[in-house]
Parts: sequence; C-alpha cells; structure tokens
Amino acid sequence: MTLALDHRSDSSLAWRNRLAAWTPRLVLLPTILASVLYVLIFTLWTLWISVSNSTLLPNLTYGGFKHYVALWNHQRWTIAYTNLFVFGSLYVLGSLILGTFLAILIDQRVRGESVWRAIYLYPLAISFVVTGTSWRWILDPSTGIEAMLRNMGFENASFDWIVNRDMAIYCVVIAGMWQASGFAMALILAGLRSVDQDLIKAAQIDGASMARIYRRVVLPSIRPIFVAVLVILLQFAIKTFDLVYALTGGGPGLSTNVPAIYVYDLMFQRGQIGQGAAAAIMILLALAAVLVPYALYMAWRQRREAANG
Amino acid sequence: MADVTLARDFDPLATGGLRRKVRAKTLVYVLLTLFAAFYLIPILIVLLNSFRELPEINRTGFFAIPRSFSVQPWNEALNTFCVVGTCEGIRPFFLNSILMAVPATAISTAIGLVNGYILSMWRFRGSEWLFGFITLGVFLPAQMTLLPWAYILGNAGLTNTITGLVLIHTVQGLSFTTLFCRNYFVNIPDDLIKAARIDGAGFWRIFRRIVLPLSPPIVIVTVIWQFTGIWNDFIYGVIFSSGDKQPITSALIALTAGATSVRYHNVEAAAVLMAAVPPLLVYLFGGKYFMRGLTQGAVK
Repeated sequence: MTLALDHRSDSSLAWRNRLAAWTPRLVLLPTILASVLYVLIFTLWTLWISVSNSTLLPNLTYGGFKHYVALWNHQRWTIAYTNLFVFGSLYVLGSLILGTFLAILIDQRVRGESVWRAIYLYPLAISFVVTGTSWRWILDPSTGIEAMLRNMGFENASFDWIVNRDMAIYCVVIAGMWQASGFAMALILAGLRSVDQDLIKAAQIDGASMARIYRRVVLPSIRPIFVAVLVILLQFAIKTFDLVYALTGGGPGLSTNVPAIYVYDLMFQRGQIGQGAAAAIMILLALAAVLVPYALYMAWRQRREAANG
Repeated sequence: MADVTLARDFDPLATGGLRRKVRAKTLVYVLLTLFAAFYLIPILIVLLNSFRELPEINRTGFFAIPRSFSVQPWNEALNTFCVVGTCEGIRPFFLNSILMAVPATAISTAIGLVNGYILSMWRFRGSEWLFGFITLGVFLPAQMTLLPWAYILGNAGLTNTITGLVLIHTVQGLSFTTLFCRNYFVNIPDDLIKAARIDGAGFWRIFRRIVLPLSPPIVIVTVIWQFTGIWNDFIYGVIFSSGDKQPITSALIALTAGATSVRYHNVEAAAVLMAAVPPLLVYLFGGKYFMRGLTQGAVK
C-alpha cells in the first residue's frame, strides 16, 4: 500500500488510512442501528407492555404477570393454541409426507421434470390471501364442492367442513398443505439428488427393490434435510395468520382461531394491548422452542463433521 | 445447497421384468397427473369463473362447465367496481402494492448488498457477531413488532401511508438481504480483494469494480425474494393502512370477505388473479433463482 501511495505526505496518508479503516464500520452503522431497534428494542418493548398495566392505551407502569394469567385463563386462548397443535402437526406431517412422495415420483427419471416441479411449487409464490380466498370458494357449500355434487344429481351430498365448528380446522390444514407441500418436495428432491449414487447402485446390484432402496438407503441418508424442512414448516405453522384470516376469518365461531389471530384481535380490535403482547411473547417462545434446539443440533453436527474430517 | 439440476444416472424403476417396468412407469405418470390436478385446479377454477356471468355462478357454483363468457367482470375489477369506498376497481390497490413493493425491495436490496460486502470482505473485530445479530431479525415474528411499529408510525405521521409500509418492509427486509448477500460474497476468493487493495483501490472502488460485476445472480435472488414477500404481505397492510391506501392483499379481503348481501364472485375472482399475477410472473421467469432464494432463505 505504501508503495503505491508514497508520493503523498505522511500525515495525509495516515488520515486516509484511518478513514479507510473506519469506512466499513460507518457504512454498516445504519443497519446496526436498525437491527438494534428492530431485534432488541422491539422485543423488549413488547415484553415490557406484556408485564405493564396497559389495556387500551400503553401504560408503562409495572403490572406484574396479570396479563399472562388472564391469557391462560381465557378460553379463547385455549382454543387458539389447541388449534395450533392440531393444525401444526397435521400440516407439517402432511406436507412432509406429500412432499416426500412427490419428490420420489419426480425422481423416477420422468419426462418434463421441470414442468412437474413448477406445477407443484407455484402455490408457494402466491399470497396466503389468494390461497385462502380460492379455497374458501372451493370449500364453501354454496359455491364449491358440495354445490357441484348436488348439481351432478347427488341431492343429499354434503361437504360442509368449512362451516362446521368441528371440521373447519381441517380445511385450514388442506389449504396449508396445498401451499407448502411443493416446498417440501423441492427441498427433499434436492436432497435425493445429493445422495451418493454408488451407494444406490450397490444396493441395486444386491437385488434390493426400489421401495426398499428408498426406505433403507436413500431416505435415511437425507435425514438432515427432513429436519430442516420440519423446522421451517413448524415456523410457518406458528406464524400462520393470513391463511386463516382469508379462509375462515377464525370462525365459524372461534373454531379456527390460532395464536397469531388472537394477538391481532386483542391488540387492534379489542384494545387489550397488554394481553395481546403477552400472547405475542408466547408466539416468540414457541418459535424459540423450535429454533434453539435446531441451532444446537446444527452446531453439534458441524462439530462432529469437523471432528470426522 | 445445490440446485436441483443433477439427474439420476440410474433408473430406480429398472428392477424386475419389462412388463413390471411399463406398469410402474404408467403408475408414476398417472399419479403425477393426479397431483398436478390438485395443485392446478384451484387457480384454474378462479380463472374460469372470472369470465363467467354472475347469474350462472349463482346457479351452479364455481365448479361447472362454463356456459357463458364475458370480459365484463375483468372490466369491472380493473376499472369500475367499488372497493372500500373507491369505485375504480382493484387497480388503485394494485398500484399501491407496486408503490410499496418496488421501493422497499430496491432499498433493502441495495443496503443488503453493501452490508454483505462489508461483512464478508471488510471484517473487523466483532463483525461476525454483528452479522449473527442482524440475522436474528429473520426469525422475529411480526406479532412482536406490531405495537412498536404502531407507535413509531403514529409519531412520525406515517400511519396509513404507503411510505410507512415501505419503511416497515425495508427495515424488516435488511436482515434477509444482508444474510443472502453476505453468504454469497463469502465465496468470492479473498485474493481478488487483497490484490485490489494492494493496488490502492479503496472501499467503494472495490465494490464498484469487483463486487458489483459479480453480483447479478445474488441481486436477482434477493430482489425476487423481497418482492414476492412484500407483495404477498398481509398483516402489516391490514393493520397499518385503511381505505384507499391499502395494498392489494388487504383490499382483497375487504372485497371478498366484507359484509355485503350480494356477492360478485366473478369480479372477485378477477381481483384475486390480479393479486396473484405479479408473484406468479416472477416465479415463472425467475424459477431457478426463486428456487435458490428458497433454499438459502429457508435452510439458512
């Protein structure tokens, strides 16, 4: 560096060097400030509101854990997190199984592979609002499948899940799987292609059937990908808001309420921002319960790989 | 993670006799077609019904062979239909979404590029730690940010403005764009940068001359990811905007799920497609890059 710049005076050179050393930090500063605001201050803010005396308006005096107590005594919250467990487990497992099945189908050296892939994956590109609205029409008895069956002459045909309190949550599962299973397919297919071909050939020469090769050789070797897809889908499930809002609006009654809808409702419809913040903290904890073990698992795997060379 | 470009160099179905092979292949294609129908039918139904006349839809529902054809629903959806008090169809909301998504995508991508460049090639003490901190924003659920944003937008006079939504999506997007760009630039060989520094090139010169020309792939990935994410967002739109300031997603809910006695399903179907088209176009034309963003953004 000095070679190229030695015609300048020493002091100006020192000044330039110092400025150059600080430029990256200065340029990064706005993002650091934005991140401190977004990640740290916003989190502490909501956390504080959740233990304050706030109801309709922010009241920053400390109020203890009364909002959490109220939350867990609220029947609607019980419905919301029970729904999250039902919806979350069916949606995640359903998308994983369907995605794996589709990935294996596409893996059979089929013609037009990219076309099949594009068809299965496109729902991921569109908004949950579009998905929810389309499926609302399909599942609504007056416009969708039930109307079709009755027009075809099945006078007594009935498919009213979406207006049935006991079944509506399964409608959310169907629409959610429609949107996310292609995503599982894409990641799992990428995984299938990364499996060592010699391993498969060896199994084939041993005379193992296709089903057996997948079950015993291919799928076990991409376990990390299943874990990754599982974690991502769980994250989607916990954050689910738009899909339910567009598909059922949380109803009929309270039957498809989920935590994210509950937060929105308390904060912006009912003026209970303290309890809404407490529910938001619960969502954050649920995410942490999924992501922290995953981060530890990844760190453990990396260390093991490093140890094994 | 690699793109899905490798093809199998063996055929998993090539076990057993010829007849078994043919039967298995047929079954595979039958299943592929059935599943394709499952994924395509919802959007096709919406498309077909956007061209049908209303009395016919009211009589038979959405699932019927169309017996009428009319572009009137599209005309109304684009130009004249009344949505939340404005009678110019869904078009103004479509425009709102563009005015929201384009600046927010451009700004967050531009800043993310520079951030990624710094965090990979100008590392300083604590920069790895900062990178980890910035990426935490990726995981923060929207619910945690709603009250603070309401306060900030209110005090800045940005409630119910497109500018407010641009601000939210820019700040929220920085964690993604920084993550994408940093992970991309980290693979550029250090020697290139070292050589440039020895030649006396400064921070911005290296960025302009070396890093930017290498950036198009990651810029495309980032732009696609940001644009579709912001376009499809609903929660910030529905909370922080109302009336004629809403983006298309929340206007769509007001249109299709609002409390009215008469439903205009054909117009609503056309409006739903308008909301779906921009991200679908991005998906169709940027397929490979869409996929790449997906694996990077998701698996992290």
